[in-house]
Amino acid sequence: MAGHHDEFIKLEGKIFTRSFFVMLTLVVIGFFFIGVRYVKGIGAVSNMSDGYPWGIWIAYDVATGTAIACGGYAVAILIYIRNNWKFHPLIRSALLTSLFGYGLAGFSVVVDLGRYWNSYGFFIPSRWQINSAMFEVALCVMTYTLVLIIEFLPAVLWSLENSKGVTLRKVADWLHPRLTPDEARLASGLEWVRSSAAWLRPRLDKVLVFFIVLGITLPTMHQSSLGSLLLIAATKLHPLWHTGFLPLLFLINCIYIGYSIVILESIISSNAFKREIELNELSGLSRIIPWLTVIWLSVRVGDLAYRGQLGAAIKLDFYSCFFLLEFLLVAGGSIILFSSRMRRSPRWLFITAAMIILGGGLYRFNVYLIGFNPGQGWHYFPSIAELMITVGVIALELLGYQVLVKLFPVLPNPKHAGSGHKTADNSHHAGTHEEILPAAVHVGK
Amino acid sequence: MSKQSRRSFLKTIGFGGAALVASTTGLSHASEQPPVNNEALGMLYDATMCVGCKACMTACKRVNGDFGSLAFEKAPFDPDGLWDAPQDLSGSTRTLIKLYKESDKEWSYIKYSCMHCQKPSCVSVCPVSAMTKDKVTGIVDYNKDTCIGCRYCQVGCSFNIPKFQWEKTLPQIVKCDLCKNTNLKEKGITACAQTCPVGAISFGKRRELLDIAHARLRDNPGRYIHHVYGEFELGGTNHLYLAAVPFHKLGLPIVPQDAPAEFSEKIQHTIYKGFVAPVALYSTLCFIALKNQKRQDSNGNGEDDK
Ligand code: SF4
Ligand code: SF4
Ligand code: SF4
Repeated sequence: MAGHHDEFIKLEGKIFTRSFFVMLTLVVIGFFFIGVRYVKGIGAVSNMSDGYPWGIWIAYDVATGTAIACGGYAVAILIYIRNNWKFHPLIRSALLTSLFGYGLAGFSVVVDLGRYWNSYGFFIPSRWQINSAMFEVALCVMTYTLVLIIEFLPAVLWSLENSKGVTLRKVADWLHPRLTPDEARLASGLEWVRSSAAWLRPRLDKVLVFFIVLGITLPTMHQSSLGSLLLIAATKLHPLWHTGFLPLLFLINCIYIGYSIVILESIISSNAFKREIELNELSGLSRIIPWLTVIWLSVRVGDLAYRGQLGAAIKLDFYSCFFLLEFLLVAGGSIILFSSRMRRSPRWLFITAAMIILGGGLYRFNVYLIGFNPGQGWHYFPSIAELMITVGVIALELLGYQVLVKLFPVLPNPKHAGSGHKTADNSHHAGTHEEILPAAVHVGK
Repeated sequence: MSKQSRRSFLKTIGFGGAALVASTTGLSHASEQPPVNNEALGMLYDATMCVGCKACMTACKRVNGDFGSLAFEKAPFDPDGLWDAPQDLSGSTRTLIKLYKESDKEWSYIKYSCMHCQKPSCVSVCPVSAMTKDKVTGIVDYNKDTCIGCRYCQVGCSFNIPKFQWEKTLPQIVKCDLCKNTNLKEKGITACAQTCPVGAISFGKRRELLDIAHARLRDNPGRYIHHVYGEFELGGTNHLYLAAVPFHKLGLPIVPQDAPAEFSEKIQHTIYKGFVAPVALYSTLCFIALKNQKRQDSNGNGEDDK
């Protein structure tokens, strides 16, 4: 592990770009409405009702958002369990996205909780209610967020170790001009931080694997439990979605979404930050996805057939349309990915990853909202304020990502030998990657 | 990916899933009914006797107003707030009488309040034990001092009984607690049953209530739909209903006889039994990861092709 830090680089560039301010505006709007919610109650900003007690904050931010944040989980399985170290360069950016996804899902939950001040009850054993899937989800997600922070720590420590503290000193000067004479103390403080980071990093590297495995176990638990959450809604969730297989379906679902999001994110950030695409890693990842989706789709269809619901699936009513949409997006994307030529084209990688994320995400949306019918007379469509809170939270996530990749070595280092088996005359332009496939990605036996 | 590695890949993925599949497929076979507690307290509402005076609604608010955070609900025509005009159960109202009118000849009153299920979903899903069921009385009670306001109980309840105070800065869940903390404690009977001038609401043990209900069905076969709603619904409820109009028209949903909480808890328990599966998963994964990492470190950094 110790030698792996040159796999990653900081992105050079200004922090305060235009997109930074666009995002910031959205964040501010979102937080304004969050303020309203805390003063005037949830009803003042949201269209949720006693029939639809969970709106998009849960259906998107928590149920779908954490699946999108499963990149770190999915890639960690690949590297540490499947022993595919060529994907290691992707891990940090995937972890960072996961950290944001989960952190902000947690944040949305606090906005959503009506009696948030009682949340400490999760730490009081006499209040534990182990029958509740939500109890399991809550504890798991909190622990996992901590684990993600620990997993990301090496990048932070590395930066502390190698920083000259210039920015920090500038900030200090600006904050408090009178501090300037005390240069010596500031410098020695910085030196202390640097040396303790240097002390900690190799030690953390040694035990990191135990946290990484915890970071694989926890999502396995809570992602399946996110499916279990709706098991109770036997009379409300449409039979196209209500099944005892919900936990299994949610688990597989988050893994293929995880791989797809890594692909999507890499392609987008390569474009946005004008970096080279990690095509070899990405097409390797994309190879796994269709196998997962095939299992998922088979369980899905097999279960419907077993429960005699195939007729309902093709009835072309409201529910069946959403089912078919979800199904076709996932199946369509997967079929394309079975072709090795498509897997070498960044454009098709992008399209298929997007299809699978949309389809997989829609599945979760269907389970949490669209397929949910509490009875006659109840309707739900999110209000503007409610949407803006979610948008603000997403903007905060993108904002944080943009800033952190410039502060810490997160993105894959294109010059690193291990990243990507690139040939010398490798062209970086989309669509022209017709060069030889990398030798089959095999596992050391 | 070689064939070999693909197979082991599927194995890894199947790892977490296998237990789930095993558990869910096993479910359909094991469906023994849990015992019903007929000594629990409950109520029997007879829609054919109710005269729609709403005295029970008023009594409920009078008695439980302070403790249960209930309030009067203004009607649009009534700016001074002289009337209490709730449209539905809500964050201010624990019980409600409605008039269902099918035609000029066929109509019925109906009273809504918590069913006090034998196997309540709300208790099963509440993550912090704010919903509890009393073992002896069977009363399903709510504790606002532990509730975190996640509203999972609302998602879970098939009867849409728990209500949330959407308009309040510091909201809580509102639902009937069978006057456990007020009238029942002081007078040994629920306020609504005590107040009803025509005896449409009977209060007592479930066994007695079922006897009364079946006696009425036997004695006046023409008067009722031949069914005691709540006797078997969702594993049985302690609040029972008799009516002359099909129950689903009165807003009492057609539901299966199995309690959803039995189904969901069985799956959850199979996965997490004694926490064995997660621990086993963690240790196995640790073993694999450590082995892989060792091999990787001795291989040099970054390259996996050899
Ligand atoms: S009716 Fe609903 S709120 Fe009342 S006990 Fe049953 S599940 Fe709980
Ligand atoms: S809203 Fe309160 S009572 Fe209902 S499930 Fe959540 S914590 Fe429990
Ligand atoms: S039992 Fe008590 S709390 Fe429940 S509806 Fe009747 S009066 Fe209200």
